[in-house]
Amino acid sequence: MSALNTDIWTLNMGPQHPSTHGVIRFLLKTDGEIIEDADPDIGFLHRGLEKIAELLPYAGFMPYTDRLDYLAAVNMNWGWALSVERLADIEVPLRAEYLRVIAAELNRISSHQIAVGSLASDMGAFTPFVHAIRDREMINDLFESLCGSRLTFNYCRIGGVSHDAPEGWIERLSDYLDYYEPMVDVFNDLITNNKIFVERLKKVAPISAQKAISYGLVGPNLRGSGVKFDLRKDDPYGIYPELEFDVPVGLGYHEGELGSCFDKYMVRIEEIRESIKIIRQCIERIPEGEIVAKVPRNLKPPEGEIYCRTEAPRGEVGFYVVSNGSPKPERVKIRTGSFAAMSTIRDLARGWMIADLVAIIGGFDVIAPELDR
Amino acid sequence: MANPEEIAKALETEFKDAVLDSNVKNSKFPHVVVEVSRLNDICKFLLNDDHMAFDFLSAIAGVDKGDEFEVVYIIHSYLRNHSFAIKTRVPRSGPRVPSVCDLWAAANWHERETYDLMGIIFEGHPDLRRILLPQDWEGHPLRKDYKYPKSYDGIELRRDDDNWPDPGDKELYE
Repeated sequence: MSALNTDIWTLNMGPQHPSTHGVIRFLLKTDGEIIEDADPDIGFLHRGLEKIAELLPYAGFMPYTDRLDYLAAVNMNWGWALSVERLADIEVPLRAEYLRVIAAELNRISSHQIAVGSLASDMGAFTPFVHAIRDREMINDLFESLCGSRLTFNYCRIGGVSHDAPEGWIERLSDYLDYYEPMVDVFNDLITNNKIFVERLKKVAPISAQKAISYGLVGPNLRGSGVKFDLRKDDPYGIYPELEFDVPVGLGYHEGELGSCFDKYMVRIEEIRESIKIIRQCIERIPEGEIVAKVPRNLKPPEGEIYCRTEAPRGEVGFYVVSNGSPKPERVKIRTGSFAAMSTIRDLARGWMIADLVAIIGGFDVIAPELDR
Repeated sequence: MANPEEIAKALETEFKDAVLDSNVKNSKFPHVVVEVSRLNDICKFLLNDDHMAFDFLSAIAGVDKGDEFEVVYIIHSYLRNHSFAIKTRVPRSGPRVPSVCDLWAAANWHERETYDLMGIIFEGHPDLRRILLPQDWEGHPLRKDYKYPKSYDGIELRRDDDNWPDPGDKELYE
């Protein structure tokens, strides 16, 4: 029990709470304003995607992967497409590989824009969120011209992508990057270097590298703790080995604690810049050619299994696929970054203020559909 | 960095008969199948041995194989940068697996999920409750013989068409 000697209160937070990033509920036990226990109650968005996958042909599951993480649909599409391609030994044409990287990195930018914007808005600063949404809207426009959709893109196909870039699209993309790159600095002036914001986050809920690994944290959440690991570099897929980019890690920015909420935030800001760098290289090098490989209409991958992981904005997303040689998978297990992040919160939140819990959720960039599947 | 064959070899030397089967040569999914009673020791070895150092549990997946369930542990080492997988098999009639929560913190929620959706019981788990489904849900949906409930909490399941497929129907999978 704490020094305050007050009664323990049991409070309900969510499932519909503006700062829980979707429908997530917490059962809080608080001592005054200090959290004694925060038990996450998840599953409100559980749609049984793994069961649905068993009932559909391999290609038919693609639109469902959009709904795995609707803020980063292309990255999820790609994860699924890559798993099936590796299982069935399908070669993807080079132009499609480039289009995938462009779409995935563009989606990563838009996902991180929401992440950093909503963290700021959770902390009480609403303007940065509006700035981020404004810039994200242009990415949505680009995607709409590319594949006709603004949120659930369904862009990847097994063996390639669904649409080639329309005429003038690459130039528009290039114009957008020219516009957006300086806007990252404007965003930094607005909020990242804002003293109130920095002081609010830089020492909140630090997580050590060892603990982060044990809890299975991935992506920016892991890199925030100083672990330099990115699947695009360390277990590369697609054409990432040919592209040059850095892997930003947490450094204890502004003399804060390593692995704090601010470090994770900062990793995302830096990743936006790296993604811009990657897309620029792709624009320069993208070749002409086919955009989808010849794949049998009724695809039957050979009997076998595979675990294939890709780097999504919320870290490693892994598809464990078991094939029995029929047109439908026997079992699909989806491992996501938010699930790992959420399982950490109970341990991490103990001893922090209720207001800090909001920062912890925002810092992890937990998103409910990916968490509940 | 050790390749899958070396990892399997190390396990076979250390645990001999407990390694029932291995699939590591030119495999898309290199793994070994181990005896369920020795699972905990094997995981402890994989985590603590200096050459293995599997510090990261990526996922736990249950697979319904008819008469028995497979539990798959997908692991990775950040220290040595290699990946591997461990499988164990338990009978459908009494699917009990020792928990590995004390080795990897990530196992806690993955085991809860596998229990929730597959009905595999992890012995020694500190808090084995349902996680994605409501606490009073009946059955484990990822089992192949799972039938849709007729109703839940007073809400009836309505079907416009009697021929609407039920995943529990066997022929759908064949």
